[in-house]
Amino acid sequence: MNVNNVEAVRATLHDALTRDERIVILGEDVGARGNVFLITKDFLQEFGPQRIVDTPLSESAIIGVAVGMAMDGLRPIAEIQFADFIFPAFNQIVGEAAKTRYRSNGDYTCPLVIRTPYGGGVRGALSHSISIEALFYHVPGLKIVAPAFPADVRGLLNAAIADPDPILFLEHKKTYRLARTDIADEAYTIPIGQADIKRSGTDLTVVSYGYFVHLALEAAAKLSSEDISVEVIDLRSIRPMDKTTILQSLSKTHRLLIIHEDHAFGGIGAEIAAMVASEALFELDAPIRRLCGPDVPAMGYAHALEDAYMISSEQMATAMREMVQF
Amino acid sequence: MTLISDKLARFTTMLRIRMVEEMIAARYDEQEMRCPVHLSIGQEAIAAGVCAAFTRSDYLFSTHRSHAHYLAKGGDLPGLIAEIYGRNTGCVRGRGGSMHLCDLDVGILATMPIVGSTLPIATGAAFGSKLLGDQRVTVVFFGDGTTEEGVFSESLNFAALQQLPIVFICENNLYSVYSPLEVRQPARDRVALAAAHGITAALGDGDDVEAIFSLTENAVARARNGGGPSFLEFATYRWREHCGPHYDNDIGYRSEAEFLAWQQRDPLARTERELLASGELCAATLSDIKASLQDEIETAFTAAREAPFPDESTLFTDLFVPTELCVQAA
Repeated sequence: MNVNNVEAVRATLHDALTRDERIVILGEDVGARGNVFLITKDFLQEFGPQRIVDTPLSESAIIGVAVGMAMDGLRPIAEIQFADFIFPAFNQIVGEAAKTRYRSNGDYTCPLVIRTPYGGGVRGALSHSISIEALFYHVPGLKIVAPAFPADVRGLLNAAIADPDPILFLEHKKTYRLARTDIADEAYTIPIGQADIKRSGTDLTVVSYGYFVHLALEAAAKLSSEDISVEVIDLRSIRPMDKTTILQSLSKTHRLLIIHEDHAFGGIGAEIAAMVASEALFELDAPIRRLCGPDVPAMGYAHALEDAYMISSEQMATAMREMVQF
Repeated sequence: MTLISDKLARFTTMLRIRMVEEMIAARYDEQEMRCPVHLSIGQEAIAAGVCAAFTRSDYLFSTHRSHAHYLAKGGDLPGLIAEIYGRNTGCVRGRGGSMHLCDLDVGILATMPIVGSTLPIATGAAFGSKLLGDQRVTVVFFGDGTTEEGVFSESLNFAALQQLPIVFICENNLYSVYSPLEVRQPARDRVALAAAHGITAALGDGDDVEAIFSLTENAVARARNGGGPSFLEFATYRWREHCGPHYDNDIGYRSEAEFLAWQQRDPLARTERELLASGELCAATLSDIKASLQDEIETAFTAAREAPFPDESTLFTDLFVPTELCVQAA
């Protein structure tokens, strides 16, 4: 099928609902409206109100109810309408879902997928632009997945649905309709925790995820005309971290640039940098560099403010050049 | 028509809870049980009356103060005691202690000390039962403080909207840790609050085990027949300190006189008196029951103290199902 990310999510959810009667989608406006991006459009008519559940405006209950359903043996897919709205459910995700399996010594588990659109660059301003991954990154018991391409969306969403543990499935809004590609019709899976080398190179390793992978690839393509060979790793899964792919790449390039939209401080890049510093310090020919969202509380609305927050492919190219010239 | 044996069974449940809690209190200062314990002494009638209205396969969720609920629902006694001792034979193998109980054989899915946290999860379990058509009813116990949490409203709203098979049991013991109800809530009617969510709601005497049973039985029957959720509030009083084995009437947040007034209402003594007066129980039988319970409890304590602690190697077990399996499961 030829799809963009929205259609990849939609097709994968549709297949899953058809395949497995235990799957129930719940969230705000997922039913009659079919989600604000129309991802679940017409699902209500096809699968009925017992499988496609329009919930009250109560994020804590959405996740808590999903945890209880998961304990019952159902496979809930809960939607938080925008990632910015997830905080009322923080206790249920961190305090309960992530602990469910551990607290019961494996007597029961929590096969729960929490899907949510995140990220900026869409003029969403202070409360419709944020990246939430680092806030959940710290939590053992949660897996965090953030694919950026239709094929990865399909494979990882299938894997997330099949996974018996809770998964935060992040969909960058800016990638929803960014690119359209041919992907396989069958319900294949991509292992959670496996990064993907989106472009091979020898001079510099760039590690990124989400929308910025697209921009990093643009930058890398630009630099090839300058004889700079950049390897771009798309994490796809933020946690568990694919250390192997990162370290193997570094043993070839000896330089690491980490790019993400989420804030730098205490972020995903910090953990990757710490991992590389402790496991491959002597592979490095240049200091590790992080190119990340600024440490301000939120993304501003005005173009100038939003642009100043987001990192352009030109800025990425500059950083890549500097890294290679170090 | 309630059978005499059922009444005796509910009394015995109360007595068993009291004796277990008293034993925990008596031995707590030996410093072997080291987790916080929130004892239910004085509140036994609610656990016994409510749980008697549920079947073994119905689901139960509770709070930090959950020993009574666990026992009344049929949770394994040696598993409880060993858990409080932090042993590998505990109901969650020493991982949780007193506040994190679980016994799937009798539908005890989880007890959770984060106030309010269980409410949406219990609502979800009930939602699952409705979707699966498994005829189960879920009971969730919580205290008066929980009615101040946001998820209280979210959960009642969801349960009413979906007409879920769930019974919300509010044990109003007048205090949230050290704060009395009147500094936490205006003079409001929580039954009316629940009713305003579209939930059948009633207030009951938390010292009258038979009245508690009767109210709950109606609620469970309604839930099982698709009649939706209920909210029941029972007035009660915890005799001991919020957390720990001792009395704390001397520290100033509540008066000795108030405690003594509630102690006069002792639900266990009341039920015992009633059963003895009606002839449904005689002194000799009571003595036999007590001896038998004492024996059972001592055996559980001895077994717990002799059991091994969990091995350090279990620290990382059951964090995730191995990823390979996740992929294969697709």
